[in-house]
Amino acid sequence: MAIEARNVTKRFGEFVALDDVSIDVESGSLTALLGPSGSGKSTLLRVIAGLEAPDAGEVLISGNEATALAPQKRGVGFVFQHYAPFTHMTVWSNVAFGLQIRRRPKAEIAARVDELLELVQLSGLGRRYPTQLSGGQRQRMALARALAAEPEVLLLDEPFGALDARVRKELREWLLRLHDEMDVTTIFVTHDQEEALELADSIVVMNKGRVEQAAPPRELYDEPANAFVMSFVGPVNRLDDAWVRPHDVELQHEPNGSTREAQVERVVRLGFETRVDLVRDDGERLHAQLSRDEADLLELEQGDIVFVRTRRERTFLDDRNLV
Amino acid sequence: MPRYAVRFASLGYLALILVAPVGLVFWRSFEHGWDPFWAAVSNPDAVHALRLTLEVAVVAVPLNTGFGVLCGLAIVRRRIPGMGLVNALVDLPMALSPVVVGLALYLLYARDGWFGGWLLGHGVRVLFAYPAILLATMFVSLPFVVREVVPVLREIGTDQEEAAATLGASAFTTFRRITLPAIRYAVAYGVVLTTARSLGEFGAVSIVSGGIAGRTQTLTQYVQASYENFDQTGAYAASVLLALLAVATLLAMTILRPRGDRSA
Repeated sequence: MAIEARNVTKRFGEFVALDDVSIDVESGSLTALLGPSGSGKSTLLRVIAGLEAPDAGEVLISGNEATALAPQKRGVGFVFQHYAPFTHMTVWSNVAFGLQIRRRPKAEIAARVDELLELVQLSGLGRRYPTQLSGGQRQRMALARALAAEPEVLLLDEPFGALDARVRKELREWLLRLHDEMDVTTIFVTHDQEEALELADSIVVMNKGRVEQAAPPRELYDEPANAFVMSFVGPVNRLDDAWVRPHDVELQHEPNGSTREAQVERVVRLGFETRVDLVRDDGERLHAQLSRDEADLLELEQGDIVFVRTRRERTFLDDRNLV
Repeated sequence: MPRYAVRFASLGYLALILVAPVGLVFWRSFEHGWDPFWAAVSNPDAVHALRLTLEVAVVAVPLNTGFGVLCGLAIVRRRIPGMGLVNALVDLPMALSPVVVGLALYLLYARDGWFGGWLLGHGVRVLFAYPAILLATMFVSLPFVVREVVPVLREIGTDQEEAAATLGASAFTTFRRITLPAIRYAVAYGVVLTTARSLGEFGAVSIVSGGIAGRTQTLTQYVQASYENFDQTGAYAASVLLALLAVATLLAMTILRPRGDRSA
């Protein structure tokens, strides 16, 4: 189902969490709400779920006005940041909850819960309590619980925030497969740009309660609408009035017309890539990101003098110096 | 060494303040064997006093439990203006001497009090009857469930309730299946404390009940009356009954409280 938020404003006392926000989520898409903490992304998700009532504006689900609709009636599955497991119920009962509420026949519930537990790889753990699960398992249980009643919209609030790096990577791949298999419109909130770029087919970048840009990942990365998006999505160098990505910084041993002299301050080898920290002759600092082979070819050492050329520099009219 | 000193001091303190007096009551009740004790507690006035005390508790405890849970929810979950004041008022019975409570009820329900005249005119007798004893008991045992429930509600937060809502549960279903199970130990503990307080109430009740033997005399009042009438066996025996009721509630509490449960 398509989801639309139109001119949504939400205040908490003096704090404006959402300031005239409009987004458009295509049916069946996997959309990320990306932004730093306090940018309003979680509030927007809660407004869509009906857990928070906006002060102004409206929410449309499948083209139908849903602003005043109770969360129970929205057909939305929600996965909370800390999973909100029902601590006094077993894993099985947690997953069955939404089906029991809908008074489905017992046999159907049992079959569906078993199927879901299988799907989230928790078969055999149904009789455990949530406290007896690991973080990743608890997360998957929360997902199964949200999916049980076959919602047409799945909302996830920082779904991988509390997990360690390896589990997070596993779950990401798994969520991606899940989304492909199920016909469900998914919106997830994250502050991790890499996660958004990897998972989403559409990203809404938020900052200070406003939408900075909404676009597919590639467009967001290649054509950021403003300095905030440029600096928040992907690594960045700021040189004078221009912005440049570290992988668009080229290093060479000989000067030519457009190069600037710089000294190598540090060389960090991170597996495949090599990061070079540089200080330009005017004192400006920047990073270059090279492939391992490029770096090996240059034989860079700390203290070397190199010549820097930049590609695809960007300047923004509304540059607000946000880095 | 200091560890033993602390242990010794605390045990000694308990022995002196708690165990000695209660133990003495038991000892004096049974020093001439079972028969005098049985005779004292099967005295019709004693039986009536016990029954009245239980009849009051049986009504006061459920009412205060229901109120306590609802009031706790209102204080923690709803943004109702004035709930802060309610929260403070709930503690009043803890701070106020029961004698003052008794006096206030007396002034309210006496023939020339605010409600008393009107109620008597309609044939409802409050003072020196069951209603006054019940009101006094409810007043003094009001805060316990609220005080137990409020911190647990705060601690569990709204996450689980919101999750239930997104899964389609109505407010009532969420309360019954999510909130209530989460606070059940706090409620149980509150019930035990409310019961103990109801059974043991003396000050407020003694002002409004009239203490007429066989009619409006509660068990605590029976103890006092027996003692004043030099019926020491009767006083001790009734005290033992009170102590046994207390032990029973404490036992219930220990059984209800799960080992290592944070909420209790």
